[in-house]
Amino acid sequence: MERIIMNGNSAAAYGAVLSRVQVTAAYPISPQTGIVEALAQHIASGRLKAKFIMAESEHSVMASLIAASEAGARVFTATSSQGLALMHELLHWAAGARLPIVMVNVNRAMSAPWTMYCDQSDIIAQRDTGWLHVYCEQNQEALDAIIQGYKVAEQVMLPVLVNMDGYYNSYTTEPVDVYDIEDVDRYLPPYNPPVKLDPNEPHTLHGGTGPHLFMEMRYQMWEAMEHARAVAQEADEEFGQIFGHRYGLTEAYGCEDAELVLVGSGSLVGTLREVVDERRERGERIGLLKIRYLRPFPTQQVRQAVASAQQIAVIDRNVSVGMGGVFWQEVRSALYGSQVRDRPVLGFIAGLGGRDVTPGTVDQIIQIARSNPPQDVPIWIELKERR
Amino acid sequence: MSQPALTPVAVPDQEYLSPGMYSCPGCMAALAMRHVLKAMGPNTIIALTTGCWAVIDGPFPYTSVKVPLLHGAFGTAASMARGLRAALDIQGRDDVQVLAWGGDGATFDIGMTALSAAAAYNENVLYVCYDNEAYMNTGGQQSTATLPGVRTTTTTESRLLGIRKKNIVEIMAAHRIPFAATASIGYLDDLQRKVQYARSLKGFKFIHIHTPCPTGWQLPPDEGVRIARLAVRARIHPLYHVLDGQQYVIDLNPDPIPVRQYFETQRRRLLPLSEEELAWIQQDVDQQWQTLLIRSQCAAGPGGSESVR
Repeated sequence: MERIIMNGNSAAAYGAVLSRVQVTAAYPISPQTGIVEALAQHIASGRLKAKFIMAESEHSVMASLIAASEAGARVFTATSSQGLALMHELLHWAAGARLPIVMVNVNRAMSAPWTMYCDQSDIIAQRDTGWLHVYCEQNQEALDAIIQGYKVAEQVMLPVLVNMDGYYNSYTTEPVDVYDIEDVDRYLPPYNPPVKLDPNEPHTLHGGTGPHLFMEMRYQMWEAMEHARAVAQEADEEFGQIFGHRYGLTEAYGCEDAELVLVGSGSLVGTLREVVDERRERGERIGLLKIRYLRPFPTQQVRQAVASAQQIAVIDRNVSVGMGGVFWQEVRSALYGSQVRDRPVLGFIAGLGGRDVTPGTVDQIIQIARSNPPQDVPIWIELKERR
Repeated sequence: MSQPALTPVAVPDQEYLSPGMYSCPGCMAALAMRHVLKAMGPNTIIALTTGCWAVIDGPFPYTSVKVPLLHGAFGTAASMARGLRAALDIQGRDDVQVLAWGGDGATFDIGMTALSAAAAYNENVLYVCYDNEAYMNTGGQQSTATLPGVRTTTTTESRLLGIRKKNIVEIMAAHRIPFAATASIGYLDDLQRKVQYARSLKGFKFIHIHTPCPTGWQLPPDEGVRIARLAVRARIHPLYHVLDGQQYVIDLNPDPIPVRQYFETQRRRLLPLSEEELAWIQQDVDQQWQTLLIRSQCAAGPGGSESVR
């Protein structure tokens, strides 16, 4: 194992190399481009034995990967924002075709207005495509989530989207453990598909399907996603035993006695963690719930983490216009009907379009939370006054 | 015929389609697949994009196709073919041939960028476009393969608007791919030769097969082949191939007929064309033929093309 200082894009590329991906297709889009560039270099240098398809659009990237996966290859790509949106149709296809594709999405806001900075509006719009959705706090986590992603995907036969934040992860360097590939091989065996396109055993795949079977196929997807909870936990546990990093589907940090639990995802969790540390040192009972998996949604873990809380404050780096932050909605619906259903769940919108969520932002959120604000509308943080 | 590859070949007896397909009666697209697969043989995987053929092979869990077939989203035949090629090659299966299959809408329109990329990167696949001159699977809407003078369900004007049919083979030849060709369901021996030749070449091969659609063109179901032959004779769909984007060869030059005579066989799909409009179409067809002749003669060098017969 080697510990190297690198940005999130390089870490993601190492994740793909260590997973021995066989086919990658690529199209440039900031802030993801570094991932596919690094992969091209790994292939050019011979470190990774894989085919690299330079596509002419993200739509074609995913179409190529779907076909390559159907032919039995382990496949990988990365994208962002508008590129992810252009793939949308094929995200449904990949999941419906039950293909264990792993893709990194470097979170970037959706235009208009034209922008390239971080928020989760790109990935939130793809929530219901049938992929597993993993949100990473750190660069190491991105590398690890890719390896774990194949481990999980190839068992449940659903694709996995690994999210990391544009700029905060993609362009920020941190120390990252790059494991010995032989160790990864022991964790992640070669992909052995149950069915593949092969002239020796011809199949027609994904032919027209009517009402008599479609619903059952969707139910199978549902079951696979439900099963993915346990599979992802086992994969994480085994990963922890070998490589020393464990994440869980969620992480409850200082939640046992917390009166106020802050809920977040992605890189802003690092900021929440700092504030929580500092406040707890001062004796304040504040906890942090990091949501790592949005799909499958870790309902039980969320309920458990907020069991002692008097208040829950969800910080969303996205907004579903007309309703509110999506993590807020998900947490509220997870608590509804449970024993903790009566706890106020506040929804905060912060950090859209790359605005920094600083410790000062979090301080404001805590202050507002303690003032018993309305619970039924999202609270926008640090808005500039309209002139 | 000066090209050794295009000498007459036998049509293999082996069938790769089963009876009971979901095609309309007299479907020329089904016939095209039948004959292309005969030429390709069993060691083939099909990347199939949305269109009539997404229905023709039959509903899950049935299939009428005896080689592996992958259904995919609209316009993705070329991209899927690239993915299949990469996956097969990395697994040491470079013996397996990849056949991308799309209709005119999938090829001329929604799949154009993907097709161009696959050609530009010279992927080792064969792309076949079956052309029925409109979005026939959805009931006959205009595509950029629709012939001037044809009324589709989305045609809003009853006069010509100066819109031509996209010349897809010219576009593909401009990518300097090893082999770009037209073919017709009316000339199966020519089609057979072309597919067999294409599969002998490495790199990107493109064949544009004219497949009149009896249902969409409101013809009796036994008329497809006859109409296809007339389209070649009218030079609406001349039969030629282009090697490396440079060498043009006219494969067949049967007794020409005027466009008017071709159109008379299919009045139900036409606009009420004026003499002037008909003349414009005829002039356009003549011009394209002249261009083709010049190119094929240039390719053959002084003394003219020997390949025209």
